[in-house]
Amino acid sequence: MEKWIERQKHIIDFTVSSLLRRRGKNAALITVYAFVIFMLASVVFFVQAIKREASIILQDSPDLIIQRMSAGRHELIPVSYGDRIRSIRGISAVKSRLWGYYYDSVTGANYTLMVSQDPRVSAGRIVIGAGVARARIAFAGDTIEFRAYDGAIIDLEVKDTINSQSELVSSDLILVSGSDFRRLFRVPAGYATDLTAKVRNPKEQPMVALKVATLLPDTRQILKEEILRTYDAAFNWRGGMIIVILSGMLMAFIILAWDKASGLSSEERREIGILKAIGWETSDVLLLKFWEGMILSLSSLFSGILLAYAHVFFTSSFLFEPALKGWAVLYPRFKVAPFIDPFQLATLCFLAVVPYIVATIIPVWRTATVDPDSVMR
Amino acid sequence: MIELVNIRKSFNTGKPNEFVAIHGVSLSIDSEKATVFRGPSGSGKTTLLSMIGCLARPTSGRIRLNGQEITSLPERFLTEIRQKTFGFMFQQFNLIKGVTALENVMLPAYPSGEKHSSLKRRAMDLLDTFKISQKALSNVEWLSGGEAQRVAICRALINNPSVIIADEPTANLDTKLSREFMEIMGRLKGEGKMILIASHDPLVYELSLIDRIIDLRDGRIDGSGS
Repeated sequence: MEKWIERQKHIIDFTVSSLLRRRGKNAALITVYAFVIFMLASVVFFVQAIKREASIILQDSPDLIIQRMSAGRHELIPVSYGDRIRSIRGISAVKSRLWGYYYDSVTGANYTLMVSQDPRVSAGRIVIGAGVARARIAFAGDTIEFRAYDGAIIDLEVKDTINSQSELVSSDLILVSGSDFRRLFRVPAGYATDLTAKVRNPKEQPMVALKVATLLPDTRQILKEEILRTYDAAFNWRGGMIIVILSGMLMAFIILAWDKASGLSSEERREIGILKAIGWETSDVLLLKFWEGMILSLSSLFSGILLAYAHVFFTSSFLFEPALKGWAVLYPRFKVAPFIDPFQLATLCFLAVVPYIVATIIPVWRTATVDPDSVMR
Repeated sequence: MIELVNIRKSFNTGKPNEFVAIHGVSLSIDSEKATVFRGPSGSGKTTLLSMIGCLARPTSGRIRLNGQEITSLPERFLTEIRQKTFGFMFQQFNLIKGVTALENVMLPAYPSGEKHSSLKRRAMDLLDTFKISQKALSNVEWLSGGEAQRVAICRALINNPSVIIADEPTANLDTKLSREFMEIMGRLKGEGKMILIASHDPLVYELSLIDRIIDLRDGRIDGSGS
């Protein structure tokens, strides 16, 4: 056993000095390799973390949303529908919501306006999301001008901004009072954008939704679980899109790595011949190349992963923000909580290390099994 | 003792460009003797030494090492014989560039799993014996021809082989260095090692320490050897 360990140590020693001999070439390879891993790992970490973040925030979303439909489109819903829904067994509370979108021609951004019971919000006073605050360069005490449905200008005073902890889903949000909302969008009294219901038993949500559908056939019911699934799909799609774009780069790298790893130079062939001639077995040569591949791919993997970790969790993925977070104009600015899925990390390791080792070992094995007499010539 | 029985070596066998390098050579070489394979370029000296040193297999025929038939042994056993029995000195020295003289000397013993400290001590002792220890930590590409050859000798001796094989060892050396090299060969012969040298340099084969000269021409033994 001691001899085995000593042999491994000798071969690793020689591997390191072999790598240092071609330090320029190997450093360039590690840099490119680490960059590819960095890009891939950044996407993986970011999508995972943002999905987790979104699901945590959306846990507070209502159990059931009821929206009225007309000709397949979302319509205002009479608040009186709420009384009928309340009569369904299993529903503990029903609330009406007023919300809509407002296009701001000054910034070219769309805001989400929502009526809130927040104590900071009152007639003429609003609370704005961090993205809105940045876009309008607005602070508490400033006024923002809104154009109502009839062209009238309404000035609303910014009372506060929304805590940036929830910026992922609140970047473009403006909390307004009911009266201001109705004035801006001509929403008649007695009508709401939609209704939300609290269902006592989460397992009964689909059944309760079915009962609402029977009672109010002109409505659609959206379950909390469906919202979570939609967010999941949206972020998966964004992540997938980035990976598709990156795959071109990945392919280019694979070709480069394959070329580097599989095409042994005449100098390398000669060295393998010398090692065999002076008494190394084929397995010793393979072990040498195995360690070489391990050192190269693992250093690239760890540097790529560390850089990706710093990029995603310390710099808020500044490279991918536009593509991954959404919001055409108002990008949310927030730091995602560090979260790494061990399974994805293992997949990344597997994809980064195994192909490189295989690409390195096969040509060496072919060369190393040939008689070493060529070095005598 | 090494015995060669009807050794034949061909390249590109069965193809239109088949070339026979050795035609049915049979001979026996005694232990503790110095033998020179003499002949012009292309006479088959290197090919014959490669087969004797287990670096290549003959196309047909048998090689026996101390009575044991080694031609048909699997690769693993051949490697073991190569490691323990033969020490090679190549015409171009074939040192690994970019690493130190010391590491080059230690390389053949790496697979044995010998403790690093004792292996290093043995390698340093050898470098010291051949008066090259001051260059132990220099990369081999910085060494002169004579220094590189002494490193190659140390490398050939690190596993304490019983047979030294040297292929055209003086081809890249001047007269002084060639004489020095042959002095070293004389010393090794004195220690009981078998010396096999391929050369057509009179500085080598005219020395009194050479016990036997085998002339080769066109892959055949020319005469019975002197």
